[in-house]
Amino acid sequence: MSATLPAPRGARRNASVLLRPAAKPLLFVASLLPLAWLLYGALANTLGANPAEALIRATGDWTLRFLCLTLAVTPLRQWTGQPALLRFRRMLGLFTFFYGVLHFLCYAWLDMGFDLAEITRDIPKRPFALVGFAALLLMAPLAATSFNRAIRALGAKRWQALHRLVYAVALLAILHFFWMRSAKHNYAEVAVYAAILAVLLGWRLVAHLRRRPVAAG
Amino acid sequence: LPGARSGVAGASTVEKQTAYADATSYNNFYEFGTGKEDPARNAGKLQTRPWTVAIEGEVKKPQTLGIEDLLKLAPMEERIYRLRCVEGWSMVIPWVGYSLAELIKRVEPTGNAKFIEFVTLADPKQMPFVGSRVLEWPYVEGLRLDEALHPLTLLAFGMYGEVLPNQNGAPVRLVVPWKYGFKSAKSLVKIRFVEQQPKTAWFKAASHEYGFYSNVNPKVDHPRWSQATERRIGEDGIFQKKRPTQMFNGYEAQVGQLYAGLDLAKNF
Repeated sequence: MSATLPAPRGARRNASVLLRPAAKPLLFVASLLPLAWLLYGALANTLGANPAEALIRATGDWTLRFLCLTLAVTPLRQWTGQPALLRFRRMLGLFTFFYGVLHFLCYAWLDMGFDLAEITRDIPKRPFALVGFAALLLMAPLAATSFNRAIRALGAKRWQALHRLVYAVALLAILHFFWMRSAKHNYAEVAVYAAILAVLLGWRLVAHLRRRPVAAG
Repeated sequence: LPGARSGVAGASTVEKQTAYADATSYNNFYEFGTGKEDPARNAGKLQTRPWTVAIEGEVKKPQTLGIEDLLKLAPMEERIYRLRCVEGWSMVIPWVGYSLAELIKRVEPTGNAKFIEFVTLADPKQMPFVGSRVLEWPYVEGLRLDEALHPLTLLAFGMYGEVLPNQNGAPVRLVVPWKYGFKSAKSLVKIRFVEQQPKTAWFKAASHEYGFYSNVNPKVDHPRWSQATERRIGEDGIFQKKRPTQMFNGYEAQVGQLYAGLDLAKNF
């Protein structure tokens, strides 16, 4: 796809950095840093007066951030003419799911004490929690079909169609965040993420409407 | 600000007190921002001297009292109260002040006084988030006159033996320990005796979520979350299950009779 775009100066050198064997392990370690920071905070008691709430919120924030990063891969590789960026999309997507699961586990453990009956009563009672839970459920099949054998088994077309669920995940995630903040009419941060997601999803919509071939992502 | 041990029944819980650092850094005081750390960060600009509180409405002796007069109005007592926030967390705080009833008796309410409306400071010059759309300003709270006269209802000037920090409602605030924390209005400037039930700030913002009474009640859920349990700040470990919330925040023996015959699910 980059062949249709003029490659910017230095693209070749940058691409070679992106293609280095160490690039993926480095991204993997970097993606674990938020978790390491939170674990340190929990152990060193630097998460403030209500560390349980801080953990639940921070894991939610990081889920949203990784979701934005994942969705940014496809537009970025077109804008920058760096097809090699695609190498990192799967890992970023899996980290989105990973932090989403952590977010849910923090809620289920720290708020609900892993009381399954309580959790099943609590989630439907709170629309914002229900929407968040739905987003997590929708991510599960994407994570489960992220390995090469699954792609081959499904066939590229069907795999791609399935993975377009990520757009629904993005909409549910931002609704979850918006609803959570609505109690205090505190939308500044929500607006930032909504704007980023609007650009990333809007770009795809425009690309689709122009009938240019765009990879799912 | 020292206070003598209070003789009021239920006024001195022996539960572990919340750390001063937590009680002064984890606050809801939306005039200074909606984040829990915002009030501690932004309340430094609040000028608590000079300060007056206007007593108005259905009283025989309406008057405006300076903070110095208020501090001398009755002997200071220390009251160690549980504080339960509507959001599902709680603290134990040693307040310093005296029963609001002391003030009420002095201004002599008329027969028409059925409720008291508490109006708090709303000065955009000192409070950066006055004007934000969260609530209608000034923040208004209210009590039925018999609730306000209950000896546990405290007019507080200090906590932990010190003058109230700004973020905790300096220089004078209300503390109503059997109600959710937002009923305990901070930085009071006006106390109005009225005949009609006051329209409180949270009632105006979301009447289906925040009723006039807002008594702590584990059996009546907030529309968006359960009120059955709470997390005690600083004490319940991260991985500890939340503790059960008590009826009237554990003050049922003292205040239960105020609500005899009242449907608490309807009058939440």
